[in-house]
Amino acid sequence: MIEQTRDGRNATTRKLEERKEFRSYIWGIALALVLTLVPFALVHWAAMPRLWLLSAIGAFALVQIVIHFRFFLHIGFWQKREDLQLILFSTLLLVIMVTGTIWIMASLAMRMTLPAQP
Amino acid sequence: MSYEAIKHPGLNLGSAHGRDHDAAESMMFGFWVFLMSDAILFSMVFATYVTSVGATAGGPGPHELYDIKSVFIETLLLLASSFTFGMASLALKYKHGTARLIGWLAVTLVLGVAFLGFELHDFASMFSKGGVPSRSGFLSAFFDLVPLHGLHVTGGSIWLICLVGQIAMYGVDTQVKLGVMRLALFWHFLDIVWIAIFSVVYLAGLT
Amino acid sequence: MNLADIFQHPLGRMSPESLPFWQMLQDPTEANVINGVIATGAASVVVIGAIFAVALITKYRKWGVLWSEWLTSPDHKKIGIMYVVLALVMLTRALIEAVLMRSQQAFGLGGGFLSEDHFAQLFSTHGTIMIFFVAMPFLTGVINYVMPLQIGARDVSFPILNSIGLGLTAAGAALVMISLCIGKFSTGGWFGYPPYTEASFSPGVGPDYWIWALTLASLASTLSGINFAVTIYKERAPGMKLMFMPLFTWTALCTSIIMIFAMPPLTVATAQLALDRYLGFHYFTNELGGNMMHFANLFWLFGHPEVYILILPSFGVYSEVISTFSGKALFGYNSMVMATAAIAILSFGVWLHHFFTMGQNANINAVFGIASMLIGIPTGVKVYAWMWTIFRGRVRFTVPMIYSIGFIYLFVLGGITGILLASPTIDYQVHNTVFLVAHFHNVAVPGALFGLLAGYHFWFPKAFGFRLNERLGMVSAICWIFGFMLAFFPLYALGLMGLPRRSAAYNEPSYVPLEIVAFLGAILLTVALVTLVVQLWVSIKHRDENHVFAGDPWDGRSLEWSVSAPPPEYNFAVIPVVTGRDAFTIAKQAGNAYQPADTYADIEVPKNSAMGPVLGAIGFALAFGLVWHIWWMAILFFVAAVVTMIAHGFARDTTRIVPAQQVRQEHRRWLDAVAAAKAISREDERKPANQGLAEPALSGVPA
Repeated sequence: MIEQTRDGRNATTRKLEERKEFRSYIWGIALALVLTLVPFALVHWAAMPRLWLLSAIGAFALVQIVIHFRFFLHIGFWQKREDLQLILFSTLLLVIMVTGTIWIMASLAMRMTLPAQP
Repeated sequence: MSYEAIKHPGLNLGSAHGRDHDAAESMMFGFWVFLMSDAILFSMVFATYVTSVGATAGGPGPHELYDIKSVFIETLLLLASSFTFGMASLALKYKHGTARLIGWLAVTLVLGVAFLGFELHDFASMFSKGGVPSRSGFLSAFFDLVPLHGLHVTGGSIWLICLVGQIAMYGVDTQVKLGVMRLALFWHFLDIVWIAIFSVVYLAGLT
Repeated sequence: MNLADIFQHPLGRMSPESLPFWQMLQDPTEANVINGVIATGAASVVVIGAIFAVALITKYRKWGVLWSEWLTSPDHKKIGIMYVVLALVMLTRALIEAVLMRSQQAFGLGGGFLSEDHFAQLFSTHGTIMIFFVAMPFLTGVINYVMPLQIGARDVSFPILNSIGLGLTAAGAALVMISLCIGKFSTGGWFGYPPYTEASFSPGVGPDYWIWALTLASLASTLSGINFAVTIYKERAPGMKLMFMPLFTWTALCTSIIMIFAMPPLTVATAQLALDRYLGFHYFTNELGGNMMHFANLFWLFGHPEVYILILPSFGVYSEVISTFSGKALFGYNSMVMATAAIAILSFGVWLHHFFTMGQNANINAVFGIASMLIGIPTGVKVYAWMWTIFRGRVRFTVPMIYSIGFIYLFVLGGITGILLASPTIDYQVHNTVFLVAHFHNVAVPGALFGLLAGYHFWFPKAFGFRLNERLGMVSAICWIFGFMLAFFPLYALGLMGLPRRSAAYNEPSYVPLEIVAFLGAILLTVALVTLVVQLWVSIKHRDENHVFAGDPWDGRSLEWSVSAPPPEYNFAVIPVVTGRDAFTIAKQAGNAYQPADTYADIEVPKNSAMGPVLGAIGFALAFGLVWHIWWMAILFFVAAVVTMIAHGFARDTTRIVPAQQVRQEHRRWLDAVAAAKAISREDERKPANQGLAEPALSGVPA
């Protein structure tokens, strides 16, 4: 039985859509799992220089965040303009605030702390 | 993706839900804006942590206190709960019945509470090793960031229980749908924050 | 802390010593008596004022009306009015505190009559109240009232959230007021730097009052910011593209975006200070790995965008006022929009200029100094655009216009001193002197406050249906302008002569003449405020002669003027369709400004809700319990808050219908009044003949 929805789209179309959205979650969790396992494994077992490890952890984290946005939150360039602008603006502000804080506090740490007492 | 217009972040109900799909636009955008402000809040606590990680004041530091196995389990639990909430969202959108919706929500709750249980256990073992927040600036910063996330998860869990209560009382009406969709955004957001936490706090701390 | 503690100390750390007259009675030295009398006097005003208010409401049996028409109303117009009322009440207190401080400094050569502790509380409450409980509520109230009308909406997106924001703000204000009666307020200034405000140096209740008052206020502001931004994005009338919005709506949008992103750093800073004080954490302590600069950094990450929150709505008011009273469209609309957005974004990149002197290297100082100077550019664009709007217009010198002209002169001066201070080198010389105090008052008073007062005069007839007395308004405006100049220009000189800010007393005789001039300025400002109150009284008395029910007393350009004064509950009988900028001017020129509709539909409006006042009261009680360490109270009201929010989630049936028949009747009644009104020319707009209907503009004059 084919039931018509308000805009005339039928049950078959909706089933296809559901499968597509279900696959989005499957992709999401699969990719996220891999992107989680690798940095944990690296930290636990790899004897890499610290800077490399930190860069790898950071990179994997950023990619996994994007995966979550895309596959769990379904956010992409098809969003309304204000949704995308908001994400862009929030990211910009976050970067300014966090890097500014780290820059300032690092400078203060270098210039304003006493050398360790013996 | 759906062939229809996407009105807001997260899974959109679609026109099959009639007026509810239209009503969702403002509500979901508003909640999304709130999540952005929450993201800034977390980022400030992260910034405090990153600039305090050296301030151990002679007390225990990351290597003494962090348990990578426990963190790994917590990560898997939370990731799984994100997936199960996604299943709940699909059950809502494609009208698979109240039982399925509540079932997936219940599984999510169990995973979330398990996460919290492991986390509380972690804190307890940190305390036993002298890792209390009043010991040093580093520990104060740690105990702002990780419990803040934990409190958010707790709040989300309570919200989930309330939604199930509302379903019991009213069935899956407009308010319930909007509530589930907002909680979905919230839950996925918390998993994103956790990615940052396990990376910046635990993994980076243990390198 | 365990169960025994809770039961043994049911009133926490409250004791007779918390009363304002206790020290005076225990140890009656001259200093203690003077300070005790002033403190007790202030506390008495609060108590007597509260009793008086309760008595009046009871006598006229208005409790029901107060509850059902105002406190539980979800209507943005009512909520806006209540915000402004709160702001004006708190303005009175903060101005009195300013006069007290000026008096102390006028006599400060010998040491003055106030103790240092008392003076410190005064500058702390003055700053805290002016920023969080005068300026923020005032601008939130004006945006609340005007913005939905300007965009052709029926209400904000989240009316109950709006009411909750008001409740929380009022709770914060109540907390600051009750600090007059019991306990003392913080002596750490309005930005409360640790380690001075840590438990080891300020163990009393003062900083805790400050922390929780700010937490309540900042929570409310975040909610309001979200509400306004979503409303502007999602509830605009059909056809109103972003670039067709009035400038005031643009500034409201940018203000709300700043609110959303600037409040979180404050929440973090105050929460961390609270954790330090209550649970012995080490965020900002001197020992064990704390770092006080974390607080300064976090606070000013909030604090700088905050001052742009304060100024942008006033910029929006000036744009509306100047274009309306010059009879011209705003010059350079596109540039104005871009300048507003640029200011909003840049405001997040300059926060370090509040602590140039605190130890970071010269490169960082230079970067932030240059960024701070850059903000002068979009601001300058705005000033030029206002001037070009006035140029070749047919200018009417109404009260809002007087404020605007005073603003242009005075704000530019204040802005220039800001550019001076943006240079780290110069700032090292004048940081923490009264030169800085003069600068920020120079931008806050002629900038933010005059704008809000101009907005008050401009939109009062719309909100209440009758015009304010023009002559008293003029007197008040002139007193504000000259009072400001007298009170603050001497401070520039004093700062350069070396007087530090927050000085209760000084040793330099050459300061005295300037201090006395500043004191006279403070008196003149008090006269200005009193005149404002008298103006309101007189205007209410003569309201029947000055009704403007037709709704357009100033020949306005935007949609709020296209409805009756006061507007109906649902704002528009029929949502307008917009085709361009200055939508109401377009409609008037096309001749279809006052059209009946063919059909009227039922209108769904939100029902009243007790959430706002209830959560406000709970917030106050929770905060009070936390301040005084009354743990049972804090726990009880925290649980109450959670339960209330959960209960609200279960609420259904939250709207009611205004029947189409009623909408039709109200609309027709108004249109009949418009038809019966006599259109007046601009020369007559300040006379009783003004019934709110404008004569069509002369042809040939650029509109």
